[in-house]
Amino acid sequence: MCIDCGCGPTDQHHHDHDRPKSKTINIEEDLLAKNNRLANRNRALFQQQGLLVLNLVSSPGSGKTTILETTLKDLQNEFGFAVLEGDQQTSNDADRIAATGVPAHQINTGAGCHLDAHMVGHGVEHFDLQQTDILMIENVGNLVCPAAFDLGEDAKVAVLSITEGEDKPLKYPQMFRASRLMLINKLDLLPYLRFDLEKCRDYARRVNPEIEIIELSCYNGEGLDQWYDWLRKQLGKKKP
Amino acid sequence: MHELGITQSIVEIAERTAKEQQAMKILSVTIEVGSLAGVVPEALEFCFEACSKGTLLEGAQLLIERVPARGRCLDCGREFPLEELLACCPDCNSAAGEILAGEELRVKEMEID
Repeated sequence: MCIDCGCGPTDQHHHDHDRPKSKTINIEEDLLAKNNRLANRNRALFQQQGLLVLNLVSSPGSGKTTILETTLKDLQNEFGFAVLEGDQQTSNDADRIAATGVPAHQINTGAGCHLDAHMVGHGVEHFDLQQTDILMIENVGNLVCPAAFDLGEDAKVAVLSITEGEDKPLKYPQMFRASRLMLINKLDLLPYLRFDLEKCRDYARRVNPEIEIIELSCYNGEGLDQWYDWLRKQLGKKKP
Repeated sequence: MHELGITQSIVEIAERTAKEQQAMKILSVTIEVGSLAGVVPEALEFCFEACSKGTLLEGAQLLIERVPARGRCLDCGREFPLEELLACCPDCNSAAGEILAGEELRVKEMEID
């Protein structure tokens, strides 16, 4: 009897016994499964605390930190905030946020190009979540990689500053497709730039027909009320 | 360069499965990468060599099956290949579509010894 497969001398051989005895194992496991599992754990924790959690994504230099500083100064008497800052290096952003008096924690990703659910899970251990209504996560400035990594947030907010050009949503469709809101920032610069606002809105809606859009400027205050109302509305959905 | 983290997941999943199967060596691991998954297959290959060193995967082949994207028009129901995320329906030119395939990013199978 054949020691490889147990077939007898009269059996017809459909296989080759000289091959190494390798076998194929079916796996079918999603490569982001681990991150997604941790993101769901974060989400359950946030849900239990009634937190609104936003994941701010953009290119470097779009003004995410300035939007946060302005928002915190204007709304910190209304809501309890906490801010997680993601950057490859330095604690500059967390220092800027901490200067507003709001609890902030810096996550340095080193070589990493995005925050993941594991980092966020440990990052929030630095906060008293019972005192927090809104957790802002400022992701690493990068319009590519953070799109794939769920952190357990309620929504991604994509920030696009008008110095970057109106076709960013077309060039980086995954990110704008994954976002619930697009903030078009630095609106005060509009008279000095050739930026087509209408085209930008159109491009974003082509990528994501559901996306909400708010245009704002932290320097002249335009559009900030709309952004704050959006935040109130989202928080209202969490705490009925 | 999030391909590095993705590749570490490939190694983790393959090693865990190999230990469950009491395999001594992994000959190859096959992954499926959709054309819309936001991952560059060449970068995965590049990272794989570094990440597999000193693991059961050292010397194993990384086989990448690319999955072409397909979409369906929400207006006329036509199914068509998606060259990019923003393609309109070739029949009715509608921009409203859903993605049927192309976002895959998973370990499909592996060959062990």
